[in-house]
Amino acid sequence: MSLPLVVLLPFLGAMAAPLFAQGGRTAIAIASTVPALIALAALFPHWQTLADGGVVLHTYEWLPAIGLSLSFRLDGLSLLFALLILVIGILIILYARYYLKPEENIGKFYGLLLCFKGSMLGIVLSSNLLLMMIFWEVTSLVSFLLISFWTHKKGARRGARMALTVTGGGGLALLAGVLIIGQIVGSYELDDVLAAGPIIKAHALYPVALTLVLLGAFTKSAQFPFHFWLPHAMQAPTPVSAYLHSATMVKAGIFLLARLYPALAGTEQWFYMVSFTGMATLLLGAYIAMFKHDLKGLLANSTISHLGLIVLLLGMGTELATVAALFHVINHATFKASLFMAAGIIDHETGTRDMRRINGLWRFMPHTATLAMVAAASMAGVPLLNGFLSKEMFFAESLALNLPGYWAWLPPIVATLAGIFAVAYSARFIHDVFFNGKPINLPIYPPHEPPRYMKIPVEILVFACLMVGMFPTISVGPLLYAASSATLGVPAPDYQLAVMHGFNLPLFMSFLAFFGGLLMYSQRKRFFAFHDRFREIDEKAIFEKMVFSLGLRANQLTAATENGSLQRYVMLLIVSALAVAFLPISKMGFFIGSNGLTPVDWPTATLGAVLIASALATAAMHRERFFALVLISVVGLLTALTFVRFSAPDLTMTQLSVEVVTVVLLMLALYYRPSRTPVESSRGRRVRDMGIALLAGSGMTIITLAILTQPFSSISEFFLANSKTGGGGTNVVNVILVDFRGFDTLGEISVLAIAALGIFAMLKNTSLTPPPGDGLGHTWTRDRHPTMLKQIARPMLPLALMVSAFIFLRGHNLPGGGFIAGLITAIALILQYIASGFSWTEDRIAMRYHNVIALGLLFAVITGAGSLAFGYPFLTSTFGYITWPVVGKFELASALVFDLGVYLAVVGATLLILVSVGRINPHSAIRPVNSESSYGADTTTLTQRETE
Amino acid sequence: MELVFALAIGALTAGGVYLLLRARTFPVVLGLTMLSYGVNLFLFASGRLATGSQPVLGTAAQYADPLPQALVLTAIVIGFAMTAFVVVLSLRNLADHGNDHVDGDPKKRTPASKHARERRPL
Repeated sequence: MSLPLVVLLPFLGAMAAPLFAQGGRTAIAIASTVPALIALAALFPHWQTLADGGVVLHTYEWLPAIGLSLSFRLDGLSLLFALLILVIGILIILYARYYLKPEENIGKFYGLLLCFKGSMLGIVLSSNLLLMMIFWEVTSLVSFLLISFWTHKKGARRGARMALTVTGGGGLALLAGVLIIGQIVGSYELDDVLAAGPIIKAHALYPVALTLVLLGAFTKSAQFPFHFWLPHAMQAPTPVSAYLHSATMVKAGIFLLARLYPALAGTEQWFYMVSFTGMATLLLGAYIAMFKHDLKGLLANSTISHLGLIVLLLGMGTELATVAALFHVINHATFKASLFMAAGIIDHETGTRDMRRINGLWRFMPHTATLAMVAAASMAGVPLLNGFLSKEMFFAESLALNLPGYWAWLPPIVATLAGIFAVAYSARFIHDVFFNGKPINLPIYPPHEPPRYMKIPVEILVFACLMVGMFPTISVGPLLYAASSATLGVPAPDYQLAVMHGFNLPLFMSFLAFFGGLLMYSQRKRFFAFHDRFREIDEKAIFEKMVFSLGLRANQLTAATENGSLQRYVMLLIVSALAVAFLPISKMGFFIGSNGLTPVDWPTATLGAVLIASALATAAMHRERFFALVLISVVGLLTALTFVRFSAPDLTMTQLSVEVVTVVLLMLALYYRPSRTPVESSRGRRVRDMGIALLAGSGMTIITLAILTQPFSSISEFFLANSKTGGGGTNVVNVILVDFRGFDTLGEISVLAIAALGIFAMLKNTSLTPPPGDGLGHTWTRDRHPTMLKQIARPMLPLALMVSAFIFLRGHNLPGGGFIAGLITAIALILQYIASGFSWTEDRIAMRYHNVIALGLLFAVITGAGSLAFGYPFLTSTFGYITWPVVGKFELASALVFDLGVYLAVVGATLLILVSVGRINPHSAIRPVNSESSYGADTTTLTQRETE
Repeated sequence: MELVFALAIGALTAGGVYLLLRARTFPVVLGLTMLSYGVNLFLFASGRLATGSQPVLGTAAQYADPLPQALVLTAIVIGFAMTAFVVVLSLRNLADHGNDHVDGDPKKRTPASKHARERRPL
């Protein structure tokens, strides 16, 4: 339990911290320390296990299906990092108490700091790679928020964005790498991954996985060529720079390399990629640090250089180099964090970080100066300080690296050169800031020592530098041994942590670096002049330019594809569908299945030919709208005939009645617009569209042909067998609709109802004035309601209703049913509107169609729910037979009530739709019948409201 | 028989797609209607072509597959509802823009990228 607690506590603290913000900086600082103290206490009991080379594992299942578990692991390596995070975290909290001003948003600051601490602990304690990825991303996000803590600063916002882009992008690469490793190993648990090292390295995807993982690690740890984000992250408050961007977060990449060392290291690819990246970063960072005038800029580039050093050590791949790498992690964290804090104090007390202005501070703050000088000396690698020891080990390892031929000289030369630069910039830090004349034009003058407690964290870290430097075996020996063994996966090799190893080549290199560095610093003017001859590469400008041009390209792409034209979108949609279907269809080709083709009879051939001809004619003549409407109704009628030809009488009846309603609707729609479509498209576009249409048509033909000639087995045997016995009807189609698949039908009538209500709502406040004629020179007829039509339509109503009732009642056993009967009723009523006008009809039909729809849905649902009352599932139907005196034996099925619901819903919806469209034109309702002067005699409508 | 049926579906699709690509709402509505005929026939085809065997028990020796028929029946009705919806949408477009171009008023069109360009990166 203790390990998840260690990770969870800082997050809980992050939620609680803002509550203490009211109490002032001291209160919140004390409250923020509590999680770290508890965590330290929770880790302490495990020490003996770890020192003996053991591992503490706590595993809880989370999402086993994807291999994600809440598993935590504590071994020497994770302990080393956890201690760095926790101890330096406490010091940072204390330091920030004095660094931040009381009016700043301290609740947010401490909350984020604790969030970061929790996620960083999550990275080092996770035993599941996916879990680690989650925490990895959280650190990137929190780092973004902390860099941009001073949101009013433009530089801070940009620096934060750059850091997030680089580390976030690296995080994506890492995720891909982790997924590949997980696929190779078959598990994301660290134990399995580490044990599967040989399998991973032998796998074909190893180079890909390694490259991706390294991308993640290098971006996080600011390795060349991704180093540029780190100096810009220095816009953050100094406690953040000290904590995230020197001591802990930037070491997450190094931690990852160490963690996956047994799984990934030891190959040539690892060696070249990791060590050469490290070498380049080491040298580049050290060189740039020399020429930075900004105090934090110097430290940031020095951090890059030291991170490069550690990466180089890990890349070397020897066991001793790994020990040296871990040792340097500890040493760098201590001296660099204290240097950042000192820089923060100087910034705080003088108001600037420009080394050309802050000179001679020794006289003003000797205490701080002493601390900073000791830490800087450690950074330079002066004996008796911890930086010396790990640098000495580094020199020794660079000599031990046996590269072929003259290449063997490269690592020692690079190491010595970087050492010279390190001494030079450390000397600059000491001499420029604390000596070198008097301060120049300081914003705050005179500077003085900071509050007593602000120096305590620095003192503790500098004390650690001295302790490790003088008594390494006692102070860090056991921890380093445990960490090295855990990293390597085997007990660490014999090594000696001694202050002096005698007079040997590494010591000579140290001397060379020391005096070379001092010489370089003394000749700094020449070097500055030399450096100024080159135009400095502004990574920020390049980065912003790249991001900007990326955004521009994206915009161009969007503009090219998404120009706001629906016509084009439809085209793209169809073309994409064609593109997707093209390969499978062309592979299949003109396929005739095993059933073969059956001979065609003449009536069917004629039917097909007319159908095809009228379909193509509709497309060809579409600009003559009325004509096209007539043609498409021919297509609809022939479709209905096709259904009956192939044994589907129900479909024919439905299609016929729908066809009538559709044509009426389209006529109404046509009434409001010109009868002729103007030529819109160029010839080229028309040809292109014809090509697309032809492709689509041929594709459908090929697919249909392939389907029709394939033998198949259907689940319909069940319906045929149970229709009569289970559903009580012989018309299997109807029984399926109202019984077997009643739930589908319920859904479908609901859709119908929603569409009708939507149409009603859409047209509620719409007004459209129809054109005075059909646009072709014809005027509307003066005889709005021809007497003949009226006289025929009125007696038709009862007859049609009777047919409708008949169709409805017989539906269960013979073709018919609620859908068809509903459409027939609707058509009979619409005929009255057409023949006699709105007012006449509405005076006689006192129905609100909304209510009809509602009643229909209610019937359907109640019938369905009725079966629940008898303990059957929703929509179970029952039936029985009763004998009526005259009619005889009559079947009564509960499904009939359901079908009645369907009937009412269809009637209501269809009429609501047509009536809504029919009454759009308000003018004809207002205008008296014979006021022909205002609009001319011809603005009447097919179904207009009028006062008869 | 199958060939004629398949060609009919092909013609309906081709005509429907061509009309769908036109610039005015009325042809587009016609295209949708025609396409839905084609789709309904296509769905119906999944039950294969049977002659004289309507799925009414006791009327034939063999029965056509009733399931596609039931599905197509509801598809026809819903297809009508959708056509009606599109027709009304086009009428509303006509009322709001004064023309029946599918893109509204082509002169006042705002491409998506125009909004994007206002949000300059960085």
